[in-house]
Amino acid sequence: MKTLLRILPLILFLAIAVLLYRGLYLDPTHLPSALVGKPFPEFSLPALDEPARRLTRADILGRPALVNVWATWCPSCRQEHPVLNRLAQAGVVIHGVNYKDDRSTAQRWLRSLHDPYRLNIEDAAGTLGLDLGVYGAPETFVIDAHGVVRDKYIGVIDDAVWRERLEPLYTTLLEEARP
Amino acid sequence: MIPELGVLSLGLALGLAAVQASLPLAGARLNAPRWMALAGPAAWGQFVFLTAAFAILAHAFLSDDFSVAYVARNSNSALPWYYKLSAVWGAHEGSLLLWAWMLAAWTCAVCMGSRKLPRTLRARVIAVMGMISVGFVLFLIATSNPFVRLLPETPPDGNDLNPLLQDLGLIFHPPMLYMGYVGFSVAFAFAIGALLDGHIDAAWARWSRPWTLVAWAFLGSGIALGSWWAYYELGWGSWWFWDPVENASFMPWLVGTALIHSLAATEKRGVFKSWTVLLAIAAFSLSLLGTFLVRSGVLTSVHAFATDPTRGVFILCFLLLVVGGSLALYAFRAPAISSRVPFSALSRETLLLVNNLLLSVAAAMILLGTLYPLLLDALSGAKLSVGPPYFNTLFIPLMAVLMAATAVGVVARWKYTDGRWMVRMLWPSLMVCLILASGAAVLAPSSPWAVGGVCLLATFIMAGGLRDIADKCRHLSPGLWLSRGLPALGRSYWGMQLAHAGLAVCALGIVLNSVGSIERDLRMGPGDAIELGGYRFVFEGTVGHVGPNYTAERGQVSVWRGDRPAAVLHPEKRVYHVQQAPMTEAGIQAGLTRDLFIALGEPLGGGAWAVRVHIKPFVRWIWIGALMMALGGLVAAADRRYRRAPRHPAAARTLAQVP
Repeated sequence: MKTLLRILPLILFLAIAVLLYRGLYLDPTHLPSALVGKPFPEFSLPALDEPARRLTRADILGRPALVNVWATWCPSCRQEHPVLNRLAQAGVVIHGVNYKDDRSTAQRWLRSLHDPYRLNIEDAAGTLGLDLGVYGAPETFVIDAHGVVRDKYIGVIDDAVWRERLEPLYTTLLEEARP
Repeated sequence: MIPELGVLSLGLALGLAAVQASLPLAGARLNAPRWMALAGPAAWGQFVFLTAAFAILAHAFLSDDFSVAYVARNSNSALPWYYKLSAVWGAHEGSLLLWAWMLAAWTCAVCMGSRKLPRTLRARVIAVMGMISVGFVLFLIATSNPFVRLLPETPPDGNDLNPLLQDLGLIFHPPMLYMGYVGFSVAFAFAIGALLDGHIDAAWARWSRPWTLVAWAFLGSGIALGSWWAYYELGWGSWWFWDPVENASFMPWLVGTALIHSLAATEKRGVFKSWTVLLAIAAFSLSLLGTFLVRSGVLTSVHAFATDPTRGVFILCFLLLVVGGSLALYAFRAPAISSRVPFSALSRETLLLVNNLLLSVAAAMILLGTLYPLLLDALSGAKLSVGPPYFNTLFIPLMAVLMAATAVGVVARWKYTDGRWMVRMLWPSLMVCLILASGAAVLAPSSPWAVGGVCLLATFIMAGGLRDIADKCRHLSPGLWLSRGLPALGRSYWGMQLAHAGLAVCALGIVLNSVGSIERDLRMGPGDAIELGGYRFVFEGTVGHVGPNYTAERGQVSVWRGDRPAAVLHPEKRVYHVQQAPMTEAGIQAGLTRDLFIALGEPLGGGAWAVRVHIKPFVRWIWIGALMMALGGLVAAADRRYRRAPRHPAAARTLAQVP
């Protein structure tokens, strides 16, 4: 028993080391989401601005859109928010997933910082986030008119990311959606 | 030509580090005094060459030598000179060089301060530090050479320093933090030396204590500085995010706190010997792990450092050797140093054990919360993030119990404390604290329980401390306790009292600030006003402003309290030219009981802006408390006892081995 106690720190450390080694090759920024090419998961969750109304997958179909996972506890989301405002003004369809957040704080945030979202899904328990494989906020999914996930971006969208990565895809999706 | 001399210096430093790591250790084993005597000169030589390398890199920055890739990436000719200097440690390569240089500096300090140590222990301690140095300098040369050139395509100008880092607080934050990280290597080296020696006595603990205290104080002030920087520079008025990088520096601090307490028990009473050694290993291992987490990109965070698997693999191998090796050594040698000294259930030993337990559990829970997303990802591919809710739920109750234990522990006596006597000691002050706390709870605008609880614990710590000072003085010199007793208490004791008071102040700041903060996000055009918390904020509009390497929109907000002007604040929105990065500079009026904080969001057209207005009560107390703790550590480290020749019989016996 005493011997076990003495080697316990070593065993714990080796376990952590194995974990860290695996972690090195799980590149969080470039990891392609398992969801890319698959349909956006089904959900039935309240709308943030109107809790009585339930939103489902059908509500976000029909037009290519960005689905942005955000929260008021996430500092980077604040950094990203003005960019989303600008995109929304330019006509980009953005839906929000308010992830593990407090409803009133989130509503206040949108009132004061401007609301760029067409629809805002309130995912207080994080169930949709789990289905989406959310690593942390902010994360943004690009879906086409049929609700298929075409790309996923982890981290803050800034002008460069939009211009170089998301805008070309979004424009192609708009072309595709045109009859 | 000059940068190549930098590479040469690194190479020579590596050679000397290898000498320092091997020969003295072999000398200690074979009892060869000449080999052991090499430790000092090798350490000094290494320090000279690393200083040269550091100076050469600094020179490259100050002289805008953009042929050096690292300079081109992190500097710009328009950068003010002090930021050019701090840009030396603004990114990966340079900050590692700073790490290695500080390690060499600490080693030289140990060389100078350890002349009275037994020769074998001294040789072993310096050799262990040499091994760590080999690892870091090799890492620099192999994967992160800061002197790589961009020849012949030298860029005309540099990429500029990350604007977030162009700030006074960030000049000092990394060096302070690294002083702490690296300083724990001394405690670590002492622990390994003791394991190799096979025995630990009071003298060993007395040698380790001042080094550990100094390292702990640096780490604490580094963390406080980082938190202060986040508060005013990131622009959303929070001072702690439970971000992986913050956690990485907080864990060694928590374990280091446990270590300085357990070292005290080991010195005074000879208890917890093997536990102390384990904590010393853990504190430094967590410092290395912190470096790994920040530098390898295993975890992403707001600090967002570059991801590079080769570097990660190198650090991981290094971690395996250092931490794995020392824990294996611990597993083999712990029986040789374990102690059996009895103490009763109510004694200072027991309360220090409680302290150690709570701090270790807190560190473990932060480690779990930091690594858990990684664990889940590795096991199942599922991704998850644990936010502040997890950390706050677990950390706050632990700290509340810790504060109660602190108040009682200061009064408790070593070995055996009479329960009835202790109740008599603390009873009156506890009553006073209860009255004060209920008063505060009644006055609190919201969350009376949290406010009352923290006021009770904080005043109880202070009252327990004062009670103990009075009691100690009476014992030291009855009758003359003010004139004779107070000065006789010693710096070690005053340092402890100051640090405990700092804990109380910091806790008060944290709770009162999170309970009482008010904020508004709103659109404000020129002339608009808002009432908040008894203040009236009038937005006067913005004007353009040109800095050395940025242009800014500078707002003016006058604040009124009733009819009297309270402050004029100037929040800024800057755009740095080279990286085109927008930055928020908050306008802050600092005060002891509250900060007024204004940050500009986005321009909304027509001269109007999205404006964020905060009133943050008692936020300064958080950092004042943290600095009091750090200062307490330094005061305690300056105790005369650590410099005087040891009188303890065990120490005398060890010294007798020196011919």
